[in-house]
Amino acid sequence: MFRIDFNKLRFLVCDDNPHMRRILRTLLHSFGAREVYESEDGATALEMYSHYVPDIVITDWSMPIFDGLELAQMIRQPESKGNPYAPIIMLTGHSEKRRVTVARDAGVTEFLAKPISAKGLYQRILNVVANPRPFIKTKTYFGPDRRRNTGTTYIGPERRVGGEMEVMQQPSLLDKARATI
Amino acid sequence: MAKDKTLQVTAFADHHVITQPNPLRKVLRRVTEKDIDDPVARAEKALAGLSGEFRNWMETEADRLSAAHAAILKQGFSDATRQELFRAAHDIKGDAATFGFPSAAAAAESLCRIIEHAPDLEEVPSDLITHHINAIQAIVRERTKLDTASVASALSRKLRGVADEYLAHANRDRPEHLEAILAPSIAPAD
Repeated sequence: MFRIDFNKLRFLVCDDNPHMRRILRTLLHSFGAREVYESEDGATALEMYSHYVPDIVITDWSMPIFDGLELAQMIRQPESKGNPYAPIIMLTGHSEKRRVTVARDAGVTEFLAKPISAKGLYQRILNVVANPRPFIKTKTYFGPDRRRNTGTTYIGPERRVGGEMEVMQQPSLLDKARATI
Repeated sequence: MAKDKTLQVTAFADHHVITQPNPLRKVLRRVTEKDIDDPVARAEKALAGLSGEFRNWMETEADRLSAAHAAILKQGFSDATRQELFRAAHDIKGDAATFGFPSAAAAAESLCRIIEHAPDLEEVPSDLITHHINAIQAIVRERTKLDTASVASALSRKLRGVADEYLAHANRDRPEHLEAILAPSIAPAD
């Protein structure tokens, strides 16, 4: 069984709703996190991202002026001087499948639909900590591998070109640890 | 691309695959099955400790929605008034179930769908929007009455039915919207 040492993780939370920020802060502190930085808009979050270099970003989608989707796109700049690889968890009231696709294509690592639950948030954090995915860079995309499975049957127009090696297995830490038992 | 010696970059015909040692590996700790610490239970308890504030928070959210609606009644639909109404409804959609008002969340979701998918908000019957606002206010303000949970649930379901009927008709020639309207939600069930 595995646990996360939350006291070693630094979080950046971005949500324009103060009540939701309070709930997130309460949940993260209860998990054991000590460093939780908060922003109420995407622009401030981007500044804080550069300044505090968080390990994990949790962002709302719908915010005035500079939303969570734009924040994800700004973080996922491969030429950036900052860290473009930090896990991004999109926590949002949007609950349509097409929204998940849009968020995924912006480089979001995990999607969590509201209403929020302690269990749902913990599972998303555990997943980004224990099961990091390789990053993919194409002409139009930079972000975590959007494939959640390694099936080779997809033959659609978005199929990446590159032979057999293009399907890369990325064993999770949990799998590696279990293998050593 | 950022120079990082720990990155392994494998080039393919039309993409690069970038792997790096997991920078968060250090925070994962193995514990025995006897470990009784349960961070999720701890967090749920902390959230329950906040619940005394939820009613006030919900009333604040409902008042914000009513204010956004009042601005529309006064000024009409503009980008700013439409967005504020949507954001207020969207926040209730996302937060209300956590605050103990799932029926308010359902009614707010129905209102969000109207704002998002109606071809022209000026053409939406004003009663349809007003009924959503009033229903959310009623659900929030009348929650202490014993019989309101089932009434609130029935009310939000009825509103959703009327709104969906309107949207399906108004978008009959807009297949991309029709598809989105008919698609199931991915939100966790109550």
